[in-house]
Amino acid sequence: MDSVVIIEKGIFIVAIFAITMIMAMYSTWAERKVAAWLQDRIGPNRAGPLGLFQPLADGLKLFSKEEFIPETRNKILFLAGPAISMSVALMTSAVIPWGDKLHIAGRDVILQATDIDVALLYIFGVLSVGVYGIMIGGWASNNKFSLMSAMRAGSQMISYEVAMGLAVIALIMMSGTLSLREIAAQQSGMNWNVFYQPVGFIIFLVCSFAETNRTPFDLAECEAELIGGYHTEYSSMKMGFYLFAEYASMFISSAILAILYFGAYNYPGMQWVIENWGVNIGNTIGIAVLFAKICFFIFFYMWVRWTIPRFRYDQLMNLGWKMLIPIAIANIVITGIVILLADKFL
Amino acid sequence: MSLDTISLSGKKMEVSNKKMSFWESLYLVAIVKGLFITIRHLFTRKVTIKYPEQKRELSPVYRGQHMLKRDDQGRENCTACGLCAVACPAEAITMKAAERKPGEEHLYREEKYAEIYEINMLRCIFCGLCEEACPKDAIYLTETKVMVASASKREDFIYGKDRLVMPLEMALRNSKNKAS
Repeated sequence: MDSVVIIEKGIFIVAIFAITMIMAMYSTWAERKVAAWLQDRIGPNRAGPLGLFQPLADGLKLFSKEEFIPETRNKILFLAGPAISMSVALMTSAVIPWGDKLHIAGRDVILQATDIDVALLYIFGVLSVGVYGIMIGGWASNNKFSLMSAMRAGSQMISYEVAMGLAVIALIMMSGTLSLREIAAQQSGMNWNVFYQPVGFIIFLVCSFAETNRTPFDLAECEAELIGGYHTEYSSMKMGFYLFAEYASMFISSAILAILYFGAYNYPGMQWVIENWGVNIGNTIGIAVLFAKICFFIFFYMWVRWTIPRFRYDQLMNLGWKMLIPIAIANIVITGIVILLADKFL
Repeated sequence: MSLDTISLSGKKMEVSNKKMSFWESLYLVAIVKGLFITIRHLFTRKVTIKYPEQKRELSPVYRGQHMLKRDDQGRENCTACGLCAVACPAEAITMKAAERKPGEEHLYREEKYAEIYEINMLRCIFCGLCEEACPKDAIYLTETKVMVASASKREDFIYGKDRLVMPLEMALRNSKNKAS
């Protein structure tokens, strides 16, 4: 690999890291704004215009708060919990194609940190590690309520990952590849997967809510029963890391939703724009389109949060195991039949 | 008509235990409906009042901080009978009576007066019962719309006579207005 590629990838990785961080930062701001708007309030408006410096103020507060660590914790694991959560949330962004390609200085720059063929498997693999962040955090706190909450979160995430995987299998059967780049490219024009896999999309959407521990599935946090949640014993920035990881993974899962089902960076008329205005402009619009889709999904997460009340735990498990998994399997069977018939008769 | 179905208030309703249909049990329709209800609130008028810049308008009958009145000659009305303290549901009022000495007739209207008169503003609920209980028209909740100012010590909220009694000039001005 020549050095130009290494520099290019390096710049790209740093850029992705920064973008993910900024998006997560401003998701906290957006969450408060959206919450306020949906409740007929104005929301943060003191720190800067429209309260735009609110995340900075929050960060400053979290960093300067007292670091309280319980004496009976397991020290290494206690520190590892938030670190795992955070790094897992950031790792997934490596395989996400943020756009098609740009033409810079006579070279085609692919807008993706690494284009691996098993991107989807990688994402699922990394996601399942995310459970450890929460489990370890809850366990190392040496607090019964944290442990209970971590167990709840852990079993919830694991059981919803099954349905999530099954929902994606139907999609993979259609597209015939595990590479996110390929899947994105196949959806050019208006061939968005959501039109071919509506059931799969709904299952995937529900599961990603559960995976990111967002309402209506935010059973990991519950002030009424569990004092706080798996992060009860955490304070200052370690607590901030857990919250930040939630927002980062919200951003990433919005990106995955947009790429898998909502046509990624494709927009109607993309081909025409590229032919007439050049590759760079066409694909820059593509990046903007992808980010618009991501922002919509982030908004959707918040929108749902202020609409649907939290599930009860047995309802959550019922929905996961008795509804979503059978529906996902039926979806796979039907997709398979349709693919076979299409092969035979078309 | 059986006893179970009689409804005196007209509000009695049968509990319905009907089975949900397939679409209802999916909840998706209900969730989408709910989403539309919440999104509508994005476009409604916001109720926030940005406090230091904007202030909520008070009702015209709002009654603010208490005042111990003087009569038209500038003498204090209060005789420290303690009825206001008894009437106070929050037990915010305390007082200590003293006897008027010769030569103080221009200060106090009757032979007894309140040497110490204190209202604990942290307890006061501005119900106005002290005003109603007072037989001497001494204590009033004023129409000034002045709220109790913030302070950082609890002691600062105990208002003594220095802050409750009507200023002398005000009493004289009132009596002059009345005369003219």
